Amino acid sequence: MTTEMAEPASRIDLAPGIGGGGEIPSFDITLRVRRYNPEVSAEPAWDEFSLTMYGTDRVLDALHKVKWEQDGTLSFRRSCAHGVCGSDAMRINGRNRLACKTLLKDLDTSKPIIVEPIKGLPVEKDLIVDMEPFFQSYREIMPFLISKGHEPTKERLQSAEERERFDDTTKCILCAACTSSCPVFWTDGQYFGPAAIVNAHRFIFDSRDDAGDMRLEILNDKEGVWRCRTVFNCTDACPRGIQVTKAISEVKQAILNRKI
Amino acid sequence: MSATIETPRSGRIAPQYRRSKGNGGSFEMIAWLFMRLSGIVLVVLIFGHLFVNLMVGQGIHAIDFGFVAGKWASPFWQVWDLAMLWLAMLHGSNGVRTIINDYAERNATRMWLKGILYAAAAVIVILGTLVIFTFNPCPVVNGVPLPGGFCPAP
Ligand code: SF4
Ligand code: FES
Repeated sequence: MTTEMAEPASRIDLAPGIGGGGEIPSFDITLRVRRYNPEVSAEPAWDEFSLTMYGTDRVLDALHKVKWEQDGTLSFRRSCAHGVCGSDAMRINGRNRLACKTLLKDLDTSKPIIVEPIKGLPVEKDLIVDMEPFFQSYREIMPFLISKGHEPTKERLQSAEERERFDDTTKCILCAACTSSCPVFWTDGQYFGPAAIVNAHRFIFDSRDDAGDMRLEILNDKEGVWRCRTVFNCTDACPRGIQVTKAISEVKQAILNRKI
Repeated sequence: MSATIETPRSGRIAPQYRRSKGNGGSFEMIAWLFMRLSGIVLVVLIFGHLFVNLMVGQGIHAIDFGFVAGKWASPFWQVWDLAMLWLAMLHGSNGVRTIINDYAERNATRMWLKGILYAAAAVIVILGTLVIFTFNPCPVVNGVPLPGGFCPAP
């Protein structure tokens, strides 16, 4: 006979004085945002905003504060605000990061914090870029399971080791921080880019997938993996900590092994 | 001023991002592989070359016309220098080719720079090869040896 445990109360009342981290420190920052509105001017311009922010705030909170309290025309993408959806990659103090994962207190608040759209993709307005070329490359590597033969009647089994082989590259949230940090991509936007290769890697090394050869052939293109110069900008930029350059090298290796 | 803003996700791609189809073939893969392999071989060839020329025997003080002539009298050094010439030129030119591809933004600029590069590389490789194989330290023109004093009197 089992005795059912009473569910713990979801609300816990703390005695006064217990818990909490005390006063959250606040500080003043200056946000320097690169603005662009093709309906007003073809030239981008810089705007500065002074804000009082708290130690728990992120760059995204500062952008929200500007948009909600100072200048409603400021445009940027964000959705989850918790580093999951990959909407708000931007160039903050010269580095590609997610605004929702960058705490203000980790930046140098004595100087203006510079926020720009990610580089290499056409800017549509303020911090919003046209992601279509990025997603086109993503689509080209066929980011879906392709299997030969009949549909199995039960789930497709895989050992823990087989799963581990491509675990790193399953973490991608398609934020484009890597591709838009790559100097080869900046030149002419022809390169497939790290994100497409990372997502190809995720299927190429998946034991359940049978179209690895097709993907390797696609990435053996003139604008494919061989344009990678191992600059490591992508690895530095990735907010999920994916070893992007390593994944690209593994794809290079796989193409070589297949051809030779 | 007003700009037309297209519907998001209409599937259009700004023309400069459109990738031309049919870039297949494994040229880039072979070029990539060649860079690594020739690099390894060149390390051996170049350091061997420097060691023999600058350190063995009297070292750098022994280098003169006669020294070079002596080296090229042996097929071993002919092949060594030929390999060094070809590998270094192809390795270097391919490196500059990738730099041009990475940094030149306009197709016309790219084409011109690469044209000049290929022409320069071809001239150097052909001239160098010619010199290695046709080198004659004691040329005799119309029965008269050219002056220089390196060669034994006939
Ligand atoms: S690999 Fe990392 S940086 Fe690149 S798109 Fe995926 S999550 Fe973003
Ligand atoms: S808003 Fe979703 S990742 Fe930052």
